[in-house]
Amino acid sequence: MAQLAYWEAIRRAHDEEMTNDPLVFAMGEDIGVAGGTYKATSGLYTKYGAERVIDTPISENSYTGIGIGASMVGMRPIIEIMSINFALLALDTIVNAAAKIRYMSGGRVHCPLVIRTPGGTAHQLAAQHSARLARMFMSTSGLRVVTPRGPIDAYGMLKSAVRCNDPVVIIEHERMYNIKEEMPDTEFFRPLEGAEIVRKGEDITLIGYNYSVHLCLEAAKRLEKDGVSAEVVDLRSLKPIDRETIRRSVEKTHRVVVAEEDEAPVGVGAEIITGIMEDCFFALDSQPVRIHAADVPVPYNAQLEKAAIPSADDVYQGALKVLGKI
Amino acid sequence: MTDADKKRLLREMIFFRRFEDRTFEAYMERKIGGFLHLYSGQEAVATGVLEMAKMGGGDKADYVITGYRDHVHALKAGAPAREVMAELYGKETGSSRGRGGSMHIFDPTANFMGGYALVGQPFPLAAGLALGCKHKKTNQIAICFLGDGANNQGTFHETMNMASVWNLPVLFVCENNMYAIGTHIDRSTAVRDQYKRVCGYNMKASQHDGMDIDVVMKAAKTAVDYVRKESKPYFIEFMTYRFRGHSMSDAKGYRTKEEEAEWEKRDPINIYKARLIEAGLITDADVKKMQDDVQNEIETDIIKFAEQSPEPKVAELTRYVLDDNPDPRWIGPLQNKY
Repeated sequence: MAQLAYWEAIRRAHDEEMTNDPLVFAMGEDIGVAGGTYKATSGLYTKYGAERVIDTPISENSYTGIGIGASMVGMRPIIEIMSINFALLALDTIVNAAAKIRYMSGGRVHCPLVIRTPGGTAHQLAAQHSARLARMFMSTSGLRVVTPRGPIDAYGMLKSAVRCNDPVVIIEHERMYNIKEEMPDTEFFRPLEGAEIVRKGEDITLIGYNYSVHLCLEAAKRLEKDGVSAEVVDLRSLKPIDRETIRRSVEKTHRVVVAEEDEAPVGVGAEIITGIMEDCFFALDSQPVRIHAADVPVPYNAQLEKAAIPSADDVYQGALKVLGKI
Repeated sequence: MTDADKKRLLREMIFFRRFEDRTFEAYMERKIGGFLHLYSGQEAVATGVLEMAKMGGGDKADYVITGYRDHVHALKAGAPAREVMAELYGKETGSSRGRGGSMHIFDPTANFMGGYALVGQPFPLAAGLALGCKHKKTNQIAICFLGDGANNQGTFHETMNMASVWNLPVLFVCENNMYAIGTHIDRSTAVRDQYKRVCGYNMKASQHDGMDIDVVMKAAKTAVDYVRKESKPYFIEFMTYRFRGHSMSDAKGYRTKEEEAEWEKRDPINIYKARLIEAGLITDADVKKMQDDVQNEIETDIIKFAEQSPEPKVAELTRYVLDDNPDPRWIGPLQNKY
């Protein structure tokens, strides 16, 4: 066992998969010689060379398309898009090509590629570096979308994504790259599907994904001091969503808060709560609440930025509201 | 090239023309839906270029990719005509199992990696196919056919740059028919000669007559050999003309009858036919027989196959969205302990 940071876990997964399979390669802006903006590919250029750790020009749509083309002939690309905002430039190749090629070829051609991108708000990066677009990718047929909350999933899900035959979008988070976890030294995989109960509880279910799982965990600690036992569910996969795990938890606790860092309209919370209404409406003892970002472009000013995105206190207050305590 | 090869090429072009004309008829009978973009007039380009490449599928043959005007490229690459027609009919036996339609013909067994309806999208995909070939050291190349209209997309410039920087074995074939849908090239594009547009990317490029298959083959051979031997990209432009509209809904109101008549005088099938007759390889009667045979084959075999094939099952609507048979080790689901 060793303590690994999130970025180190991603690097380890790259390293193992590239050693395991010569068809695996990485590409992205500054990932090679410079080692990656978040260090997630550091050292790999020296080890595997320029042809397997490819520094791309700033051409998101076409280098993603090149990755897709390579995946169609059996390669296993891991593409890093430096910020999810830039993934908007690559939407044509991600949404119109990668997500649809298997279907429109009648299952005859597949695109086993992985796209990794940080998609959250952090450290006053302002409107054009702080987009949260999980809700957009999770509404696209033909993609898998996963959101590892910590190093264990970041490592194990990346390894699974490389080996799976579908296009997988992995949404990371700028504020999670230095989160540490104890990890086994031996190789392991984490499945791409299935929500995880990361804290057991009886009185209320707090549902998060990506960074918002940590907000839920913090809120659960505060609730414990109030004598409330909160269960925390990490969605892990936004496409497909594990409705079964959500239903079981809600049927147990009868109360639910969904915490998302995305803006609310047409968002993750809307989707999860609709699922709960459809699956276990009569299990609810109280109205569900979603905690979400304000419907504004993310401001630069630190105080305004803080106000624009949800905090652990927001999740805590949401839980109190569901519990009828405020 | 033997005399038999020359006669085969003429028959292929006649076949491709009749295939497209027949899809037009089926479209009018509403047996084919969606959008239908026909290749009539441009046959010498796909036929000539791919004649000079390695076809037949497998890890020795080259990869082909194109836009939505894709039937003939697929056929010449080796996709069975029955399956292409069945695809247009939306049948389960179609090359994309009825899920793709006219604009999305795929046949990976022929290394035909698809027709795409986003103009310019195949540029990077083609470079990716080439990157895969280079990485695997298979000596295969990728051949990307697109029209002049595609060159005004960002993917054109982004991909030319990366293909050149990374020395990717990809041949970009520009079929310049001078119209981007219904807008003339002089009204949309700063230069008519498209091969000049790649000079900023340190890439070999040339321009040729696209109506004479002998000219096409000679130029294509040079380009294909260069791409394969040097493992570098090449941009080759052919001046050509589509005899029909952009798609079925196109009344061709944007071009003159005189212009159409001028280009029809340079029909690639007539040019090649006249050359073979003049060389004494073939007679008018032989050509007539060829046309009758083609017509007969399309009617009694290909159309019949498409019409008699089953529709996809509605119960299989969501098949092929993701891997239908995934390995649970990678996919899960994660087992929670309740």
